[in-house]
Amino acid sequence: MKFIDEFRDVELAKNVIGRIKQISTRPTRLMEFCGGHTVSIMRSGLRQLLPPTVEMLSGPGCPVCVTANADIDKAIALAGLPDVIITTFGDMMKVPGSYSSLQRARAEEADVRIVYSTQDALQIARDNPTKSVIFIGIGFETTAPTIAASILEAESKGIKNYYVLCLSKLCPPIMKALLDLGELKLDGIVCPGHVSVIIGSRPYQFIPRDYGVACVISGFEPLDILLSVEMLVAQIETGKPKVEIAYRRGVNPQGNKTALVLMDTIFEIGSADWRGMGVVPASGLKIRKKFERFDAEKAFSITTEPVREAKGCICGDILRGVKIPLDCKLFRKACTPEHPVGPCMVSSEGSCAAYYQYGSEE
Amino acid sequence: MNDETILLAHGSGGRLSHDLIEKNFLPPLDNPFLARLDDSAVFDVSGRIAFTTDSYVVSPIFFPGGDIGKLAVCGTVNDLSMSGAAPLYLSLSFIVEEGLTLGELKKVLSSIKAAAEEAGVKIVTGDTKVVNRSSADKLFINTSGIGVIPEGVDISGANARVGDKIILSGTIGDHGIAVMSQREGLKFSVPVKSDCAPLNKLVSQMLEASRRIHCLRDPTRGGLATTLNEFARQSKVGIRIEEEKIPVRDGVRAACELLGFDPLYVANEGKLVAIVAPGDAPKILAKMKRNKYGAEAAVIGEVTSEHKGRVILKTNLGASRIVDMLSGELLPRIC
Repeated sequence: MKFIDEFRDVELAKNVIGRIKQISTRPTRLMEFCGGHTVSIMRSGLRQLLPPTVEMLSGPGCPVCVTANADIDKAIALAGLPDVIITTFGDMMKVPGSYSSLQRARAEEADVRIVYSTQDALQIARDNPTKSVIFIGIGFETTAPTIAASILEAESKGIKNYYVLCLSKLCPPIMKALLDLGELKLDGIVCPGHVSVIIGSRPYQFIPRDYGVACVISGFEPLDILLSVEMLVAQIETGKPKVEIAYRRGVNPQGNKTALVLMDTIFEIGSADWRGMGVVPASGLKIRKKFERFDAEKAFSITTEPVREAKGCICGDILRGVKIPLDCKLFRKACTPEHPVGPCMVSSEGSCAAYYQYGSEE
Repeated sequence: MNDETILLAHGSGGRLSHDLIEKNFLPPLDNPFLARLDDSAVFDVSGRIAFTTDSYVVSPIFFPGGDIGKLAVCGTVNDLSMSGAAPLYLSLSFIVEEGLTLGELKKVLSSIKAAAEEAGVKIVTGDTKVVNRSSADKLFINTSGIGVIPEGVDISGANARVGDKIILSGTIGDHGIAVMSQREGLKFSVPVKSDCAPLNKLVSQMLEASRRIHCLRDPTRGGLATTLNEFARQSKVGIRIEEEKIPVRDGVRAACELLGFDPLYVANEGKLVAIVAPGDAPKILAKMKRNKYGAEAAVIGEVTSEHKGRVILKTNLGASRIVDMLSGELLPRIC
C-alpha cells in the first residue's frame, strides 16, 4: 500500500539495522517519547532487532496516561451534573480516576459520548441546545489546535452550550522536567512526530544545548523509528548532539504556523498536573480570559473528593521511564486491559497496554 | 406501498400480522415446511445433529456487501459448518422496531432468500414481534439452525495437534471495516465490501479432500487473533503465525491505519481458519482455492509445542511478538 509499505520495507529495515550495528560502539540509552512510537516498536518487535548496545526506554508521550487522577475526577464530577453531555475520546472512558471512571459514570446514567474529533462534539452541542456539552480536552500540541478551532467556531457560530475541560499539555517543557530530574541519564530522545508537525523542531534546541542530549524527530513507521535511532546513535558516537528531523515528510523546522497562531489566540501557557510528575509549571495550556465562557472549569462549579492513587500502580514511574511494565507487580495480574488499575493499561498508546498486547515471546 | 411502515399491530398476532406473513414472508421463503403455518416445523433427520443459535443486531442494517438478513443466514450456516455439519434447516425470528419501512423489510427478506438458496438451506419456522420505537434499533434477527455431521468428522477447537498447519481462507477485516465505514459520524469511503458469505460448501469440499481437519472456526467478532487464541487455549498448544502470510486488502489496511485498528482483530463474516494435519494441508488448500470463498486461502502458520496457550506472530521485520485476544470492544454491534 502506497505511503505505508515504503516505510515497512524489510530489506531497507535490515540495511538500517546493519548500519546501526556497525556504528554503535558503546552503551546508548534512548527514550522514545511518544506512546505511538512505543506501540510501533512493540508491534514490529524492533527492540529485539537492535544491537544490545542500544537501550530504548518508553517515555511519557501518551496523553491519556499522563492525565492526573485529579483531572479525571473533575471530568467525572462534570458528568454527574444535570443536563450535561460529556464528549470524550474513547480511550478516556475506561481510565480509572480516584473513585470511578467515565465508563462507570455512564453506566450510572451520566450522558457520556465518545467522539472522534472536536467537530463531533460541536455537532452534539448544536443538536442538543438545551444541554451543556463539555469536551474533555486532553492531548498534546497535536490536539490543542483542533480544540482551539472548536472554541473559535463555537464563538463565531454562536454555539453557547459548548465547553472544554482544558487539560492540554506541552511536550518540550515536560522533557525539560524529565531531564532536570536526572533519573535516567539519557543519551538521546526520539522526539514526537505529530507534535513536531505543529511546533516544528526549534522548541527542542535547548535539549542538546543545555543537556547534551541528542534529538531526532521521528515518524511512526518501523523504518522511521529505525532511521531516527541510526541518526541518534551517529550523533552520540560523534559526540555532537543536535536536533535533527528524520520525519521530513511531515515536519519542517517552523512547524505549522496556522495551528500555532490558532493555539495562541485561544490559550495561554499555564501549569499542568502530570501523572508521575505532579504539577509542572508552564507545561500546559489554559483557556485565555477572553474565551473563559467556554472553560468548563470556570462555567461549572464542582466538588471532588480528595485524590487517591491506586495502590501498587507504578504508572507514574513507567511514564518517567524509570520502570517498565514488567517491573509492576500488578501487570497481567490485578491489572489487565479488562480491569485496568492505571491508565497506561487503558490507552491504546499506553506502555502497559502495548507490553500486554504485543509483549515479546519471552 | 414500500414506504408503508411496520406498526405495533403488525406484531399483534391479528389480521395485520397474518397479512404481513402471508404477503411478505411466505412468498420469498416458500417451502412446504413453512407453508403449513403450524406451531412447529416437523421433519425427519438422521445422524449426529449440530444445533446452533445466534442473534444479529448489526448497525446499520444495510452495509456494503450485505445486510442483516444475509448476515443472519450466513452466520448460522457458518456456525453449523464450523462443526463440520451440513446445514439443513433454519429458524428465523424478527424483532422489528415500529417505523421500519416495509421496503426495508422486503429488502432484508430478499437477501435472506438469496443467502438461503445459495447455502441450500430452508427456513422452516419463524416468528415476528414488533416493539415500540426505541425499544430496538430498526431490526434484530435471531436464527437457529440444525445440520447433520457426516460420519468420521470430528472437529473441535480442542483438537489441534503439534505440527498441524493453520489455513486461513482469505483476506481478513473486510466485514468490520465495511460496517464501520457506514457508521454515522465516521462515514468514510473505502472500496471494501463485507465478506459475508455462506461457507458450508467450502467446508464440505475441504472435508472431501481430507477428514483430518482438526479445528474449524469462522473468525467473526474479535477477528483472527481471538480465534487463534481460542484454539491455543482449548487445545493447550502454541500457535505460531507469520505476518507476511496473512492476506489483508489495501482498503482494509488503509482504514485500519487511519482508525488505529489491527486487522488481526477486525471481524470477518465469510472466512474460516482451519487447523489440519500437516500431510493433508496441500490437498485441502488446493481444494479451497478452487472455491470462490477460498481463492485466496493460505497456510499462515503452524501448531507448536512451545509457549502453550499463546499465539506468537513473526513480524515482517523478523521479530516475534505475542498476539493476544481482543480485549474490550473494538467496534460495537458489527454483527
